[in-house]
Amino acid sequence: MLELSDTIERAPDGADTSAGVVAGMALKRRTLSVDKTTDQTTPTRQTEWMLAVRDRRDKQAFAQLFDFYAPRIKAMALRTGMSGAEAEDIVQEVLLTAWRKAAQFDPARAQVSSWIYQIARNRQVDLVRKERRPVPEALTLPEEDEGDAGQMLALTQEADKLRQALSALAPDQREMVEKAYLGELSHTEIQAQTGLPLGTIKSRIRLGLERLRHELKELR
Amino acid sequence: MNTIRHHISQPLLAAYASGALPHPFALVVAAHVSMCDDCRARLEAEQAAGGVVLEALECADLSGGLKASVLTLLDDDPAPARAEPRAIGPYPAPVIEALGGQPPRWRALGLGTRQRIIHASDAGTVRLLHIPAGQAVPDHGHNGLEMTLVLQGSFSDDCGTFGVGDVEIADQDLEHTPVAGKGMPCICLAATDAPLKFNSLLPRMLQPILRI
Repeated sequence: MLELSDTIERAPDGADTSAGVVAGMALKRRTLSVDKTTDQTTPTRQTEWMLAVRDRRDKQAFAQLFDFYAPRIKAMALRTGMSGAEAEDIVQEVLLTAWRKAAQFDPARAQVSSWIYQIARNRQVDLVRKERRPVPEALTLPEEDEGDAGQMLALTQEADKLRQALSALAPDQREMVEKAYLGELSHTEIQAQTGLPLGTIKSRIRLGLERLRHELKELR
Repeated sequence: MNTIRHHISQPLLAAYASGALPHPFALVVAAHVSMCDDCRARLEAEQAAGGVVLEALECADLSGGLKASVLTLLDDDPAPARAEPRAIGPYPAPVIEALGGQPPRWRALGLGTRQRIIHASDAGTVRLLHIPAGQAVPDHGHNGLEMTLVLQGSFSDDCGTFGVGDVEIADQDLEHTPVAGKGMPCICLAATDAPLKFNSLLPRMLQPILRI
Protein backbone atom coordinates (compact mmCIF):
# COMPACT_ATOMS: atom_id res chain seq x y z
CA MET A 1 0.00 0.00 0.00
CA LEU A 2 1.25 3.44 -0.89
CA GLU A 3 2.60 5.39 2.06
CA LEU A 4 0.38 8.40 1.81
CA SER A 5 2.35 10.36 4.36
CA ASP A 6 5.30 10.42 1.99
CA THR A 7 3.27 11.88 -0.80
CA ILE A 8 1.89 14.69 1.31
CA GLU A 9 3.61 18.01 1.45
CA ARG A 10 4.94 18.60 4.92
CA ALA A 11 3.79 21.70 6.70
CA PRO A 12 6.12 24.55 5.74
CA ASP A 13 8.96 25.24 8.13
CA GLY A 14 8.10 27.60 10.91
CA ALA A 15 4.41 26.97 10.55
CA ASP A 16 2.73 25.85 13.71
CA THR A 17 0.73 22.69 13.84
CA SER A 18 -2.52 24.29 14.84
CA ALA A 19 -5.84 22.94 13.74
CA GLY A 20 -5.65 25.22 10.73
CA VAL A 21 -2.61 23.46 9.35
CA VAL A 22 -4.14 20.12 10.08
CA ALA A 23 -7.33 21.18 8.35
CA GLY A 24 -5.20 22.21 5.38
CA MET A 25 -3.61 18.79 5.40
CA ALA A 26 -7.02 17.21 5.49
CA LEU A 27 -7.99 19.20 2.42
CA LYS A 28 -4.93 18.01 0.52
CA ARG A 29 -5.74 14.54 1.72
CA ARG A 30 -9.20 14.78 0.26
CA THR A 31 -7.82 15.79 -3.15
CA LEU A 32 -5.42 12.88 -2.94
CA SER A 33 -8.07 10.36 -2.08
CA VAL A 34 -9.82 11.16 -5.35
CA ASP A 35 -6.77 9.98 -7.30
CA LYS A 36 -6.00 7.07 -5.03
CA THR A 37 -9.43 5.56 -4.66
CA THR A 38 -8.02 2.08 -5.02
CA ASP A 39 -5.87 2.56 -1.96
CA GLN A 40 -8.92 3.49 0.05
CA THR A 41 -10.73 0.23 -0.55
CA THR A 42 -8.16 -2.18 0.90
CA PRO A 43 -7.77 -2.93 4.58
CA THR A 44 -4.29 -2.52 5.97
CA ARG A 45 -1.86 -5.44 5.88
CA GLN A 46 -2.06 -5.61 9.64
CA THR A 47 -5.84 -6.01 9.48
CA GLU A 48 -5.53 -8.81 6.93
CA TRP A 49 -2.99 -10.63 9.10
CA MET A 50 -5.08 -10.21 12.21
CA LEU A 51 -8.24 -11.48 10.50
CA ALA A 52 -6.31 -14.52 9.22
CA VAL A 53 -5.23 -15.20 12.81
CA ARG A 54 -8.75 -14.68 14.13
CA ASP A 55 -10.63 -16.67 11.51
CA ARG A 56 -8.11 -19.33 10.49
CA ARG A 57 -5.58 -19.47 13.35
CA ASP A 58 -3.01 -18.71 10.65
CA LYS A 59 0.50 -18.94 12.13
CA GLN A 60 2.17 -17.42 9.07
CA ALA A 61 0.01 -14.34 9.48
CA PHE A 62 0.85 -14.28 13.17
CA ALA A 63 4.56 -14.32 12.25
CA GLN A 64 3.94 -11.25 10.08
CA LEU A 65 2.20 -9.50 12.97
CA PHE A 66 5.15 -10.45 15.17
CA ASP A 67 7.63 -8.91 12.74
CA PHE A 68 5.69 -5.67 12.64
CA TYR A 69 4.69 -5.25 16.29
CA ALA A 70 7.38 -6.98 18.36
CA PRO A 71 10.12 -4.35 17.76
CA ARG A 72 7.62 -1.56 18.49
CA ILE A 73 6.22 -3.13 21.65
CA LYS A 74 9.78 -3.68 22.84
CA ALA A 75 10.65 -0.04 22.14
CA MET A 76 7.57 1.03 24.13
CA ALA A 77 8.51 -1.20 27.07
CA LEU A 78 12.15 -0.08 27.06
CA ARG A 79 11.03 3.51 27.58
CA THR A 80 9.93 2.62 31.12
CA GLY A 81 13.56 1.83 31.95
CA MET A 82 13.20 -1.95 32.11
CA SER A 83 15.90 -4.29 30.84
CA GLY A 84 15.90 -5.78 27.36
CA ALA A 85 14.98 -9.20 28.75
CA GLU A 86 12.03 -7.78 30.71
CA ALA A 87 10.87 -5.83 27.66
CA GLU A 88 10.95 -9.03 25.59
CA ASP A 89 8.82 -10.76 28.23
CA ILE A 90 6.25 -8.03 27.65
CA VAL A 91 6.51 -8.49 23.88
CA GLN A 92 5.85 -12.20 24.31
CA GLU A 93 2.90 -11.75 26.68
CA VAL A 94 1.24 -9.06 24.57
CA LEU A 95 1.51 -10.98 21.31
CA LEU A 96 0.39 -14.26 22.87
CA THR A 97 -2.61 -12.41 24.33
CA ALA A 98 -3.39 -11.13 20.83
CA TRP A 99 -3.25 -14.73 19.57
CA ARG A 100 -5.46 -16.09 22.34
CA LYS A 101 -8.00 -13.28 22.34
CA ALA A 102 -8.09 -12.87 18.57
CA ALA A 103 -11.83 -13.65 18.59
CA GLN A 104 -12.38 -10.30 20.31
CA PHE A 105 -10.76 -8.36 17.48
CA ASP A 106 -13.34 -6.40 15.50
CA PRO A 107 -11.92 -4.39 12.58
CA ALA A 108 -15.04 -2.24 12.47
CA ARG A 109 -14.32 -1.00 15.99
CA ALA A 110 -10.53 -0.74 16.21
CA GLN A 111 -7.42 -0.79 14.08
CA VAL A 112 -5.02 -3.63 14.89
CA SER A 113 -2.52 -1.09 16.24
CA SER A 114 -5.13 0.40 18.54
CA TRP A 115 -6.11 -3.06 19.80
CA ILE A 116 -2.49 -4.11 20.38
CA TYR A 117 -1.85 -0.76 22.09
CA GLN A 118 -4.67 -1.49 24.57
CA ILE A 119 -3.33 -4.97 25.34
CA ALA A 120 0.18 -3.58 25.82
CA ARG A 121 -0.95 -0.71 28.08
CA ASN A 122 -3.07 -3.09 30.17
CA ARG A 123 -0.06 -5.37 30.56
CA GLN A 124 2.24 -2.55 31.63
CA VAL A 125 -0.28 -1.21 34.14
CA ASP A 126 -0.89 -4.69 35.58
CA LEU A 127 2.87 -5.08 36.07
CA VAL A 128 3.12 -2.19 38.50
CA ARG A 129 -0.19 -2.59 40.34
CA LYS A 130 -1.68 -5.27 42.49
CA GLU A 131 -5.19 -4.78 41.15
CA ARG A 132 -6.14 -5.56 37.62
CA ARG A 133 -6.68 -2.46 35.56
CA PRO A 134 -10.38 -1.57 35.50
CA VAL A 135 -11.82 -1.87 31.98
CA PRO A 136 -15.25 -0.87 30.67
CA GLU A 137 -17.95 -3.49 30.24
CA ALA A 138 -17.58 -5.20 26.86
CA LEU A 139 -20.32 -4.36 24.38
CA THR A 140 -22.32 -7.30 23.16
CA LEU A 141 -21.58 -7.16 19.48
CA PRO A 142 -24.05 -8.34 16.87
CA GLU A 143 -22.81 -10.63 14.11
CA GLU A 144 -20.87 -8.82 11.42
CA ASP A 145 -22.91 -7.30 8.63
CA GLU A 146 -22.19 -5.61 5.31
CA GLY A 147 -21.96 -2.22 6.99
CA ASP A 148 -18.81 -3.32 8.79
CA ALA A 149 -16.63 -3.15 5.69
CA GLY A 150 -17.47 0.51 5.31
CA GLN A 151 -16.81 1.19 8.98
CA MET A 152 -13.50 -0.63 8.80
CA LEU A 153 -12.39 1.56 5.90
CA ALA A 154 -13.58 4.72 7.60
CA LEU A 155 -11.49 3.72 10.59
CA THR A 156 -8.47 3.07 8.35
CA GLN A 157 -8.81 6.51 6.81
CA GLU A 158 -9.15 8.12 10.21
CA ALA A 159 -5.96 6.40 11.35
CA ASP A 160 -4.19 7.58 8.17
CA LYS A 161 -5.10 11.14 9.07
CA LEU A 162 -3.86 10.68 12.62
CA ARG A 163 -0.62 9.26 11.26
CA GLN A 164 -0.13 12.28 9.01
CA ALA A 165 -0.87 14.67 11.83
CA LEU A 166 1.73 12.91 13.97
CA SER A 167 4.39 12.88 11.27
CA ALA A 168 3.87 16.57 10.59
CA LEU A 169 4.73 17.53 14.17
CA ALA A 170 8.04 19.10 15.11
CA PRO A 171 10.29 16.60 16.95
CA ASP A 172 9.75 18.09 20.42
CA GLN A 173 6.00 18.20 19.92
CA ARG A 174 5.98 14.64 18.68
CA GLU A 175 7.96 13.60 21.74
CA MET A 176 5.29 15.17 23.93
CA VAL A 177 2.51 13.25 22.18
CA GLU A 178 4.47 10.01 22.51
CA LYS A 179 4.95 10.63 26.21
CA ALA A 180 1.25 11.29 26.71
CA TYR A 181 0.13 8.09 25.01
CA LEU A 182 2.88 5.92 26.45
CA GLY A 183 1.89 6.70 30.02
CA GLU A 184 4.82 9.02 30.75
CA LEU A 185 2.69 12.07 31.56
CA SER A 186 0.23 12.35 34.44
CA HIS A 187 -3.29 13.53 33.77
CA THR A 188 -2.41 16.96 35.15
CA GLU A 189 0.58 17.15 32.81
CA ILE A 190 -1.64 16.15 29.90
CA GLN A 191 -4.14 18.78 31.01
CA ALA A 192 -1.39 21.39 31.04
CA GLN A 193 -0.62 20.59 27.40
CA THR A 194 -3.33 22.90 26.15
CA GLY A 195 -0.77 24.04 23.61
CA LEU A 196 -0.23 22.72 20.17
CA PRO A 197 0.99 19.15 20.09
CA LEU A 198 -1.97 17.45 21.70
CA GLY A 199 -4.32 20.01 20.20
CA THR A 200 -3.35 18.77 16.76
CA ILE A 201 -4.04 15.19 17.66
CA LYS A 202 -7.23 16.19 19.42
CA SER A 203 -8.59 17.96 16.35
CA ARG A 204 -8.08 14.74 14.42
CA ILE A 205 -9.76 12.73 17.13
CA ARG A 206 -12.75 15.04 17.10
CA LEU A 207 -13.25 14.38 13.41
CA GLY A 208 -13.50 10.68 14.09
CA LEU A 209 -15.91 11.10 16.95
CA GLU A 210 -19.15 11.58 15.09
CA ARG A 211 -18.60 8.39 13.17
CA LEU A 212 -17.68 6.32 16.20
CA ARG A 213 -20.59 7.72 18.14
CA HIS A 214 -22.97 6.87 15.33
CA GLU A 215 -21.56 3.35 15.14
CA LEU A 216 -21.99 2.75 18.84
CA LYS A 217 -25.57 4.00 18.76
CA GLU A 218 -26.31 1.46 16.04
CA LEU A 219 -25.16 -1.33 18.33
CA ARG A 220 -27.84 -0.54 20.89
CA MET B 1 -31.78 5.44 28.96
CA ASN B 2 -31.53 8.87 30.49
CA THR B 3 -29.33 11.52 28.98
CA ILE B 4 -25.86 11.86 30.45
CA ARG B 5 -24.79 15.49 30.54
CA HIS B 6 -21.57 15.48 32.56
CA HIS B 7 -18.74 13.55 30.94
CA ILE B 8 -15.07 12.64 31.41
CA SER B 9 -12.69 15.35 30.16
CA GLN B 10 -10.36 14.61 27.26
CA PRO B 11 -7.12 14.76 29.31
CA LEU B 12 -8.57 12.26 31.77
CA LEU B 13 -9.59 9.92 28.93
CA ALA B 14 -6.12 10.17 27.35
CA ALA B 15 -4.51 9.48 30.73
CA TYR B 16 -6.81 6.49 31.23
CA ALA B 17 -5.97 5.12 27.75
CA SER B 18 -2.24 5.45 28.44
CA GLY B 19 -2.52 3.79 31.84
CA ALA B 20 -1.24 6.89 33.66
CA LEU B 21 -4.45 7.55 35.58
CA PRO B 22 -4.24 6.40 39.22
CA HIS B 23 -6.30 3.32 40.00
CA PRO B 24 -9.22 5.01 41.87
CA PHE B 25 -9.90 7.37 38.95
CA ALA B 26 -9.36 4.62 36.38
CA LEU B 27 -12.24 2.70 38.01
CA VAL B 28 -14.53 5.74 37.75
CA VAL B 29 -13.59 6.23 34.07
CA ALA B 30 -14.16 2.54 33.27
CA ALA B 31 -17.52 2.65 35.07
CA HIS B 32 -18.63 5.85 33.29
CA VAL B 33 -17.55 4.53 29.87
CA SER B 34 -19.59 1.38 30.56
CA MET B 35 -22.66 3.64 30.87
CA CYS B 36 -21.88 6.32 28.27
CA ASP B 37 -21.60 5.69 24.51
CA ASP B 38 -20.22 9.16 23.84
CA CYS B 39 -17.28 8.63 26.14
CA ARG B 40 -16.77 5.10 24.81
CA ALA B 41 -16.39 6.61 21.34
CA ARG B 42 -14.05 9.29 22.67
CA LEU B 43 -11.98 6.67 24.49
CA GLU B 44 -11.74 4.53 21.34
CA ALA B 45 -10.53 7.62 19.49
CA GLU B 46 -7.82 8.09 22.14
CA GLN B 47 -6.86 4.44 21.76
CA ALA B 48 -6.67 4.91 17.98
CA ALA B 49 -4.22 7.75 18.61
CA GLY B 50 -2.26 5.46 20.93
CA GLY B 51 -2.12 2.83 18.20
CA VAL B 52 -0.73 5.34 15.75
CA VAL B 53 1.93 6.40 18.26
CA LEU B 54 2.88 2.73 18.76
CA GLU B 55 3.18 2.19 14.99
CA ALA B 56 5.40 5.22 14.61
CA LEU B 57 7.88 4.25 17.35
CA GLU B 58 11.43 3.60 16.29
CA CYS B 59 11.89 -0.18 16.31
CA ALA B 60 14.05 -1.84 18.96
CA ASP B 61 16.30 -4.77 18.02
CA LEU B 62 15.04 -8.16 19.14
CA SER B 63 17.22 -10.97 20.38
CA GLY B 64 17.64 -13.78 17.87
CA GLY B 65 15.56 -16.51 19.44
CA LEU B 66 12.53 -14.47 20.50
CA LYS B 67 10.38 -14.99 17.43
CA ALA B 68 10.96 -18.75 17.29
CA SER B 69 10.21 -19.15 20.99
CA VAL B 70 6.96 -17.15 20.75
CA LEU B 71 5.87 -19.13 17.70
CA THR B 72 6.37 -22.44 19.52
CA LEU B 73 4.01 -21.21 22.24
CA LEU B 74 1.05 -20.81 19.86
CA ASP B 75 -1.65 -23.29 20.74
CA ASP B 76 -4.20 -24.33 18.15
CA ASP B 77 -7.32 -24.00 20.25
CA PRO B 78 -8.60 -20.57 21.11
CA ALA B 79 -8.74 -19.87 24.83
CA PRO B 80 -12.10 -20.67 26.37
CA ALA B 81 -13.91 -17.37 26.65
CA ARG B 82 -13.64 -16.00 30.18
CA ALA B 83 -17.00 -14.96 31.54
CA GLU B 84 -17.03 -11.19 31.09
CA PRO B 85 -18.23 -9.34 34.18
CA ARG B 86 -21.67 -7.79 33.75
CA ALA B 87 -23.53 -5.00 35.50
CA ILE B 88 -25.69 -5.99 38.48
CA GLY B 89 -28.47 -3.55 39.33
CA PRO B 90 -27.06 -0.02 39.34
CA TYR B 91 -23.45 -1.23 39.55
CA PRO B 92 -21.56 -1.24 36.21
CA ALA B 93 -19.40 -4.25 35.32
CA PRO B 94 -16.01 -2.78 36.39
CA VAL B 95 -17.47 -1.95 39.83
CA ILE B 96 -18.90 -5.47 40.18
CA GLU B 97 -15.52 -6.87 39.19
CA ALA B 98 -13.77 -4.66 41.77
CA LEU B 99 -16.26 -5.90 44.39
CA GLY B 100 -15.39 -9.52 43.59
CA GLY B 101 -18.56 -10.23 41.61
CA GLN B 102 -21.08 -9.25 44.31
CA PRO B 103 -23.15 -6.13 45.06
CA PRO B 104 -21.59 -4.13 47.92
CA ARG B 105 -21.80 -4.87 51.63
CA TRP B 106 -22.29 -1.47 53.24
CA ARG B 107 -20.93 0.10 56.40
CA ALA B 108 -22.96 2.72 58.24
CA LEU B 109 -21.41 6.19 58.37
CA GLY B 110 -24.12 7.74 60.53
CA LEU B 111 -27.25 9.74 59.62
CA GLY B 112 -28.31 6.99 57.25
CA THR B 113 -25.30 7.40 54.99
CA ARG B 114 -23.44 4.22 54.12
CA GLN B 115 -20.20 3.53 52.36
CA ARG B 116 -18.13 0.72 50.98
CA ILE B 117 -14.44 1.39 50.38
CA ILE B 118 -13.33 -0.44 47.26
CA HIS B 119 -9.69 0.57 47.23
CA ALA B 120 -7.49 2.74 49.42
CA SER B 121 -3.77 3.26 48.82
CA ASP B 122 -1.19 5.96 48.19
CA ALA B 123 -2.82 6.37 44.78
CA GLY B 124 -6.03 7.52 46.49
CA THR B 125 -9.34 6.07 47.54
CA VAL B 126 -12.39 4.93 45.65
CA ARG B 127 -15.61 4.16 47.49
CA LEU B 128 -19.32 3.64 47.00
CA LEU B 129 -21.55 6.06 48.91
CA HIS B 130 -25.22 5.49 49.68
CA ILE B 131 -26.94 8.75 50.73
CA PRO B 132 -30.60 8.85 51.83
CA ALA B 133 -32.92 10.87 49.56
CA GLY B 134 -32.81 14.58 50.29
CA GLN B 135 -29.85 14.35 52.65
CA ALA B 136 -26.67 16.42 52.40
CA VAL B 137 -23.15 15.07 52.34
CA PRO B 138 -21.13 17.18 54.83
CA ASP B 139 -19.81 20.42 53.33
CA HIS B 140 -16.31 19.68 52.12
CA GLY B 141 -13.49 20.90 49.93
CA HIS B 142 -10.71 18.85 48.37
CA ASN B 143 -6.98 18.67 48.66
CA GLY B 144 -6.74 17.15 45.20
CA LEU B 145 -8.90 15.72 42.46
CA GLU B 146 -12.30 14.18 43.20
CA MET B 147 -14.45 12.33 40.67
CA THR B 148 -18.01 11.34 41.59
CA LEU B 149 -20.14 9.16 39.32
CA VAL B 150 -23.86 8.79 40.04
CA LEU B 151 -25.08 5.18 39.82
CA GLN B 152 -28.60 5.65 41.21
CA GLY B 153 -30.77 8.67 42.06
CA SER B 154 -29.14 12.07 41.79
CA PHE B 155 -27.39 14.81 43.72
CA SER B 156 -27.17 18.56 43.34
CA ASP B 157 -24.60 21.12 44.39
CA ASP B 158 -23.47 24.59 43.31
CA CYS B 159 -22.29 23.10 40.00
CA GLY B 160 -25.64 21.67 39.02
CA THR B 161 -27.66 18.48 39.18
CA PHE B 162 -26.04 15.14 38.51
CA GLY B 163 -28.15 12.15 37.50
CA VAL B 164 -27.39 8.53 36.68
CA GLY B 165 -24.23 8.30 34.56
CA ASP B 166 -23.17 11.90 35.21
CA VAL B 167 -19.71 12.45 36.62
CA GLU B 168 -18.65 15.48 38.60
CA ILE B 169 -14.98 16.36 38.45
CA ALA B 170 -13.94 18.60 41.35
CA ASP B 171 -10.56 19.98 42.33
CA GLN B 172 -9.21 21.93 45.27
CA ASP B 173 -10.95 25.11 44.10
CA LEU B 174 -14.39 23.67 44.69
CA GLU B 175 -16.06 23.59 48.07
CA HIS B 176 -19.43 21.98 47.79
CA THR B 177 -22.31 20.50 49.71
CA PRO B 178 -23.87 17.83 47.55
CA VAL B 179 -27.49 17.07 48.45
CA ALA B 180 -29.09 13.81 47.34
CA GLY B 181 -32.18 14.21 45.19
CA LYS B 182 -35.64 13.32 46.48
CA GLY B 183 -37.40 10.08 45.69
CA MET B 184 -34.68 7.50 46.12
CA PRO B 185 -31.32 7.16 47.82
CA CYS B 186 -28.34 8.39 45.81
CA ILE B 187 -25.64 5.81 45.18
CA CYS B 188 -22.39 7.12 43.80
CA LEU B 189 -18.87 5.98 43.08
CA ALA B 190 -16.40 8.55 44.40
CA ALA B 191 -12.64 8.65 43.85
CA THR B 192 -10.23 11.00 45.58
CA ASP B 193 -6.46 11.30 45.49
CA ALA B 194 -6.32 12.98 48.89
CA PRO B 195 -8.51 12.99 51.98
CA LEU B 196 -11.54 15.29 51.85
CA LYS B 197 -11.39 18.51 53.90
CA PHE B 198 -14.51 18.89 56.02
CA ASN B 199 -15.49 22.34 57.19
CA SER B 200 -17.00 21.42 60.53
CA LEU B 201 -15.35 19.90 63.54
CA LEU B 202 -17.26 16.64 63.97
CA PRO B 203 -16.63 15.16 60.52
CA ARG B 204 -12.98 16.28 60.87
CA MET B 205 -12.66 14.27 64.07
CA LEU B 206 -14.32 11.26 62.51
CA GLN B 207 -12.23 11.43 59.37
CA PRO B 208 -9.36 9.21 60.53
CA ILE B 209 -11.85 6.63 61.73
CA LEU B 210 -14.10 6.66 58.71
CA ARG B 211 -11.35 7.18 56.16
CA ILE B 212 -13.34 9.74 54.23
